[in-house]
Amino acid sequence: MMTEPYVAIFIIWIFLFVYAIAGSIDFGAGFWAMFYSNKQTQASILANRYLSPSWEVTNVFLVLLVIAIVGFFPGAAYYMGTLMILPFSFVLILITIRSAFMVFSFTVKSYTKPLVIISGISGLLIPALMIAILPMAIGGFIGSGGDQQYILFNKLLASPTLYTHIGFGLTTELYLSSLLLSDYARESGSEKVYAVYRKNAIILGPVTLFFAVMALLTLIPQAPWMVETMIDMWYLFALSLVAAFIGYSALWWPSKHKKRGRARLAVIFTILQFGMASFGYGYSHMPYILYPELTITDAFTDPTMFRWLLYGYAGGLAILVPAFILFWWLFMKDKRYLQADAEKNKY
Amino acid sequence: MDSVLLSRMLFGTSMAFHIIFATLGVGLSLMILFAEILHWVRKDSDYGVMAKRWTKGFAILLGVGIPSGTIVGVMLSLLWPGFMEIVGKVIAVPFQIEIFAFFLEAVFMSIYVYAADRLSNLMRLISVTTVALGAAASAYLINIAHSWMNTPRGFSITDGVVTDVDPWAAVLNPSMPYTSKHVLATAFMTGAFVLVSIAAYRLLRETGSDHERAYHKKGLMLALVVALLASLYTATNGHSTAGMLHEEMPLKLAAAEGLFETQANAPLAIMGVPDIETETVVGGIEIPGMLSWLATGSTEGVVQGLNDFPQDEWPPLFVHTLFNVMVGIGFSLIGIAGLALAWIVLFRKRNALPTWLLLVLVTTGPMSMLAIEMGWIFSCVGRQPWTIYGVQLTSAAATQSGNVGILFFLFISLYVMLLVLTGLVLRFYFLRNPVQKDLGVINGEAF
Repeated sequence: MMTEPYVAIFIIWIFLFVYAIAGSIDFGAGFWAMFYSNKQTQASILANRYLSPSWEVTNVFLVLLVIAIVGFFPGAAYYMGTLMILPFSFVLILITIRSAFMVFSFTVKSYTKPLVIISGISGLLIPALMIAILPMAIGGFIGSGGDQQYILFNKLLASPTLYTHIGFGLTTELYLSSLLLSDYARESGSEKVYAVYRKNAIILGPVTLFFAVMALLTLIPQAPWMVETMIDMWYLFALSLVAAFIGYSALWWPSKHKKRGRARLAVIFTILQFGMASFGYGYSHMPYILYPELTITDAFTDPTMFRWLLYGYAGGLAILVPAFILFWWLFMKDKRYLQADAEKNKY
Repeated sequence: MDSVLLSRMLFGTSMAFHIIFATLGVGLSLMILFAEILHWVRKDSDYGVMAKRWTKGFAILLGVGIPSGTIVGVMLSLLWPGFMEIVGKVIAVPFQIEIFAFFLEAVFMSIYVYAADRLSNLMRLISVTTVALGAAASAYLINIAHSWMNTPRGFSITDGVVTDVDPWAAVLNPSMPYTSKHVLATAFMTGAFVLVSIAAYRLLRETGSDHERAYHKKGLMLALVVALLASLYTATNGHSTAGMLHEEMPLKLAAAEGLFETQANAPLAIMGVPDIETETVVGGIEIPGMLSWLATGSTEGVVQGLNDFPQDEWPPLFVHTLFNVMVGIGFSLIGIAGLALAWIVLFRKRNALPTWLLLVLVTTGPMSMLAIEMGWIFSCVGRQPWTIYGVQLTSAAATQSGNVGILFFLFISLYVMLLVLTGLVLRFYFLRNPVQKDLGVINGEAF
């Protein structure tokens, strides 16, 4: 029987996981749209076509995540407001500029060039800043003077853990978005663009794995308390590795299309891989939200509120899931949208 | 400057910025819905053009409104961690449901904007209805949390720990029935008046075809009717709010009216400046007994004055001016909208509204927005020194981070940049796509 704080943190993990996947693809698509804006315009247009309707929805997930944390773990608000205020604020500023330009360029063509650059660069900066919060939460980077606490930025910036985490975050983002865009390209019937993104995925897969292993290795000196649990849960990480190999190898499986590779399966298995690995990472983090200052029990909300929040999430999701299905069908499935030529799509 | 004041300045500016886009998001989505309905009912393609053009403006504004909403949502936790700790335990439910309403709005907004050409008429109407409902619901819900800050209920604090939590009592707090409706009605009113301004401006310029002028007149008429209804409702709701303040937050009412001495037959001071030395409002007009009548329903009613409360709990007395400007604009707008509608109905035969009336109508949108800003500042400054009235001081709610100064500078630059860019984009788009182009295109094709 899971205790209430564990149920709550499990829900937070689900939201975090969904946002991490959706955000990776969203920010990654922004990067690819920039990367290919001059060379492979078809690949760039496809990335933009995915991005246009989806970024708003992805963005709301970020708010959902923050509100869920404050609702379930109000005690964590204090640490967000003191320790995390700088990274969070920079993320907010970048997201705002990016979103605004997203809409501006949809309206006025002459904004397309700056948008492509802004969303490309912020597509790397935002995830890097967000993932940097993870190493901050594993402990050892918080100093205190008087009754104030602050992040020891010197120590953090000199720590290899920070860079392996950021490296892992960025390569994952690009790997996942390449996989999804290759699937999306195939759904749109463009084998040429499919080949472009498949090639990216083939290069990025092993790099991602390299950074994942490095991130774990640098955790050993930095957070021995996490590593102990990780060793106990070795089978979960092993399964995640198996999923990674299946997903990666699916890029070579025979398909009924012109080129080989089963993009859809590669996406699914890779998401599965990250699901298991991130669950293992999160579980090893327990019971701490912020080591060693704050546990989930300390930060937990009032039990009555907890129950009401559960009802709220159940009701809210019951309404939202059908909306999401409609959304998915209109923008990921409907051939009229997928195959609209570039001009019409801009109207 | 200390970090509490800086936090207030940063959050206040962020809210002042966000509220422009949030208000228009709620107001315009309702107007788009009405235009779609008229398009459907009257089979008049002009209303279809109207809905399309308003949607374009709405989508641009929403592009700033969604991230600025994200900013204030996250900033609440960053700048007011002490406040959010209590919020999370007592009033988290409306916040949470608000997010779902916001989700619905974003999902159907994307569908309505990016898939419009693939939707059936009915589906399009359902989408835009959901957008309007989602926008209104999320404004309604988030303002439940705001009302709870003014009249907190549903918990007690023993030794600094929140206990006896009753989420329903927190939601159904005494000011909840007034605050959310006030915010919604004024948002509808402002959205409509902004469209009144635009249509009046277009009609002033005397250019364009007859069809174009007819188009703008239809827009003006629709917007005026909604604006008048919403502003009339706002006035009655504002009156009930004064009664609620009298019961629940007498100090705020006293500060709003500049009333120092507790008295029956209390006068209503219009404008003027409250002076602590002489304990009077200097330079205003006083209507004897009016305040008692407004607050209690009888001129004999006793209204509490500032002197009943310790001076260190008083809000700054300039809230009197904010309050007066808000109410003054509200009543003027009722008058203007009423006059313009009466003119249109009475002088139906004449082809055009007189220039002076159009000029007055052009000012209504900005005035309405100004009143909204004044109202927000009044509500939040008038609650000082408390963040949660009577429970948590603002100084106890604020972050202890030393970095707020630099953040203030960064965010202000961001807001200024976005205001300028939004203006440029709106101008550029509507210059490039004048209304005759849309009218021509749609009449030319089978629509």
